[in-house]
Amino acid sequence: MTDITATMIEEQAADWLERMDRGEWGETDQSALDEWLGENPAHMVALWRLDGAWTFADRLAALRTPRLHDTLLARGRRVLPLLTKSVAALVLIGIVGTAAMFLVPKPAEKTFATAVGGRKTLELRDGSRIEMNTGTVLRLANDGAQRKVWLDKGEAFFDIKHDAAHPFVVITAGHRITDLGTKFVVREGADSLEVTLVEGRARFESADATIKPQLAFLSPGDVVVATATSMDVTRKSPKDLSSDLGWRRGVLIFRHTTLADAVAEFNRYNTTRLVIGDEQTANLQINGTFKDDDAASFAGTARAVFGLRVEKHGDEIVLSQ
Amino acid sequence: MGKTPDNGRDDAKWRPIGAPAAMRDLKDWFIREVLPLEAALMQFLRQNWRDKADIADLRQDVYVRVYEAAKKQIPDTAKPFVLTTARNLLIDRVRRERVVPIETVGDLEVLGAASNDVSADRALIAHDALAKLQAALDKLPAPCREAILLRKVDGLSRRDIAERMGISERTVNRHIAEGMRALADMLYSEAAELRRKS
Repeated sequence: MTDITATMIEEQAADWLERMDRGEWGETDQSALDEWLGENPAHMVALWRLDGAWTFADRLAALRTPRLHDTLLARGRRVLPLLTKSVAALVLIGIVGTAAMFLVPKPAEKTFATAVGGRKTLELRDGSRIEMNTGTVLRLANDGAQRKVWLDKGEAFFDIKHDAAHPFVVITAGHRITDLGTKFVVREGADSLEVTLVEGRARFESADATIKPQLAFLSPGDVVVATATSMDVTRKSPKDLSSDLGWRRGVLIFRHTTLADAVAEFNRYNTTRLVIGDEQTANLQINGTFKDDDAASFAGTARAVFGLRVEKHGDEIVLSQ
Repeated sequence: MGKTPDNGRDDAKWRPIGAPAAMRDLKDWFIREVLPLEAALMQFLRQNWRDKADIADLRQDVYVRVYEAAKKQIPDTAKPFVLTTARNLLIDRVRRERVVPIETVGDLEVLGAASNDVSADRALIAHDALAKLQAALDKLPAPCREAILLRKVDGLSRRDIAERMGISERTVNRHIAEGMRALADMLYSEAAELRRKS
């Protein structure tokens, strides 16, 4: 025991961590920190403990009821005073969705689409870029600012110039992604939505009141997977992140990917469909980089590596044992 | 990764002293394996030490001992190691201070029972992590919570937070530092309590 109490050390550690977190950190700060850490091992463990909790809060943060949701509820009460909160919110989302599709005059948005196997890059006025992957439909707000996008189908990579006064918003399947200076990928699957943050910061909000948490704050590597009823935040390694972005160069990158998943991936890009004949084949794992439009060479590799049978029936290539 | 001007956090920027890789492993182990045991550790200390005012210091001393030992060799299983360290620390303190009879220390039955379930404490932290975090945040004093949200969620700079809240930048620092300490207590020490409430 020393005269300095654990509480005092913890206060100092919190001051240090706050300084680091503040983001104005230089060489002199670092050497002062090193000196402090060297004085007493209790300093190190105190700092680790606070850092553990603080980083935990950072990664998983579902930090508050989103303002979006509050607004919907407030409007709901005015318009439909007799309904319960959640019902009002759901109804309003329905109306908003319908209005966007049928009632609002089209010039408010401009629609862009890519065919199966296609790719397209949109350059926005402020220098932001949207790279659309295969089979993608999105609508861009046709106002001067161009800071709102509805992703209706498919996948897109967003490289957004941050403007605090005009946050860039992507709305998809009832969820809302707001950039805070960001590169991120949004992929809408058959029954789930995946948002991957590549760089910077972004905020993910779910408009559905029944999904907990409704808000997540993302840091690089975070992946949000949201379905109609749930939301989860996981992480991807930088390696997996760059594999997932192979499509921007026209390639598909597999690392210990099952043939079932690899084939599903190919079929997003090609009209010639790959089909797996049996479960044993489906569970084989493959590594490698393939051109996304060359299902035939993928099938050829699978045949050579695993000794599979490859048969072509019309527009289908069947792989089996 | 590119840098955004004012969001601050970049773990690569600060490195503790010592061999960087080994130190980072040690830190990862400490955060992943040891800190989730804090609720169990605190319970053990409270049960076996009379003066509650000593608990925070005792916890720190346990962590320092664990840290010093793990620097040489990271133990295979954290829980028996941490709780045995705690028991030994209490025994040493009793011997040194000669204030309480030694029988009051170290309920070995409790220790034995606790030692078996290694993963449960980590699961406690991981399970429902978002709900727990929300509960912890809700318990913070309002200005403290607001400052943390503006930093964490909105990524505002210190100056912007100060402006938004109408307080000085120094006060912003204080709120955030206080919030860091409170969050650590609530996530680690009071994990069990938070779970019961939710």
